[in-house]
Amino acid sequence: MPSTVGLLWRQYRFERHLFWRNPSAAFFNFLLPLIFLALFGAIVYHHQGELDVIVPGIAGMSVMSTTFTALAYNLTFLREQGVLKRIRGTPLPSGVYLGGLALNAVTNTAIQIAIVVLAGRLIFNLGWPPQPITLVVFVLAGVASFALLGVALSHAIPNFESAPAVINGVFVPVILVSGVFFDVKHVPGFLRDIAQALPLEPLINGLGGGLVAARGDLSHHLTALAVIGVWGLVGVVLAIRGFSWEAHRN
Amino acid sequence: MASTETAIEVSDLRKSYGDLEAVRGIEFRVQRGEIYGLLGPNGAGKTSTVEILEGYRQRTSGTVSVLGFDPNQRPRELRARVGIVLQSSGIYSHVKVAEVLAHFAQFYPHPRDVNEVIQLTGLTEKRDERTRHLSGGQRRRLDLALALIGDPELIFLDEPTTGFDPAARRSAWQTIRSLRDLGKTVLLTTHYLDEAQALADRVAIIKGGRILAEGSPAELGVGGGSRYRVAYANGDGEAVVVETDNPTTLLHELTGAALGRGEELRSLSVTRPSLEDVYLELTADA
Repeated sequence: MPSTVGLLWRQYRFERHLFWRNPSAAFFNFLLPLIFLALFGAIVYHHQGELDVIVPGIAGMSVMSTTFTALAYNLTFLREQGVLKRIRGTPLPSGVYLGGLALNAVTNTAIQIAIVVLAGRLIFNLGWPPQPITLVVFVLAGVASFALLGVALSHAIPNFESAPAVINGVFVPVILVSGVFFDVKHVPGFLRDIAQALPLEPLINGLGGGLVAARGDLSHHLTALAVIGVWGLVGVVLAIRGFSWEAHRN
Repeated sequence: MASTETAIEVSDLRKSYGDLEAVRGIEFRVQRGEIYGLLGPNGAGKTSTVEILEGYRQRTSGTVSVLGFDPNQRPRELRARVGIVLQSSGIYSHVKVAEVLAHFAQFYPHPRDVNEVIQLTGLTEKRDERTRHLSGGQRRRLDLALALIGDPELIFLDEPTTGFDPAARRSAWQTIRSLRDLGKTVLLTTHYLDEAQALADRVAIIKGGRILAEGSPAELGVGGGSRYRVAYANGDGEAVVVETDNPTTLLHELTGAALGRGEELRSLSVTRPSLEDVYLELTADA
């Protein structure tokens, strides 16, 4: 029987291959954070303080869109199309298949974070990330947490037609309240409390620590890390409990 | 432990979904190298039965052995030795036919050659086509190709030709027959009588979660003391049907009388009950 590690690698390569097979999807996937950076960068170009808010905000949004949004969407598609069920009938271990999907998503996160860091350096004079360890820790925590929450959300989507509505219904409010485009400090208290209890605001907080000078090292962002961790645990439970390899029947 | 001559053994299989008992004590045995047909109307319990054998569903009770394994645990070794064509299942839309077959081949310890499988399933002209550009019938052939790529001993075919035009069905049947020539065992579910008749070595007629009759299509048709049916038009042009165990005598009398009157025996036919008659009789709503 083929080895698990070899299969995982080939499954990952196949998923990457499929990703690039649909170039318009791939292009806009990477273009979106750049468009946001360019737009908001142009608006607040002369205010370094606001740039310091926008860049980590876009980075946080990138983590969420490449994992949470992408996995919720893809898994719903694969389940409703019957691809999951077909795979389930082959000797490919289920964990290898899902691992391939997850690694594919993580690769997109890495590419987007690299784009955001480079753009911050080249266009907005942000410098290289002053706290690379903080950056890496938060990217990893954010990826794990949002990936699991994305898998969990896919269980709640009844069919593929409703996927964009359900996913955007979660994604758009979360990026708005979590301070992707503005500093959460300027938000009314109750909204700020909600934002800080959700996983994206703490992620942006931690990414800011990694990307922007003078926000302190990792030890200043442990509460944020804990909030992301709790959401990750919620994600694990919900992702496993509701998982279905087949479309729901009437 | 099942004998090596038996591919599938099912006894007293039951499956309930809540209050609904979809499978109510099914029993059958499929020999290696045969094409076994589960024939019945929609909702008869065919797909429930097959999906239990494939490992997709857990049975409520009964014993099941597939190539000597219990499919409940979905052992990987079993999955490497069976091929499954589901009633409907999708595939990545941006992948090419040959690519997806080559990828699936990697899952198996001893896969078949991709080009061979493409040829066997009649997809040679579509090998570099993306799957989303395939017609419904071509996609169904890709389903079969994906089920065959691991060189399985046992193949499950769930309604393999539903929605095919007549020519496509004939060609699919030819492919399925060629599986038997390769020594494969096939469990076929269908609600098409002619399909069961054309392909299956043995057929179980299933309805309401029970097997109502089992045997070769020919046995089912003429077995059970069934009689010859002689039909003709009499001198007034009325249709007459006579059932008899002794058609030779009857025909001799009929033709003799007609000759004596100098008439033609119009619309004369001698038939035996077909699988269709048995099927319709058995599955008719009471």
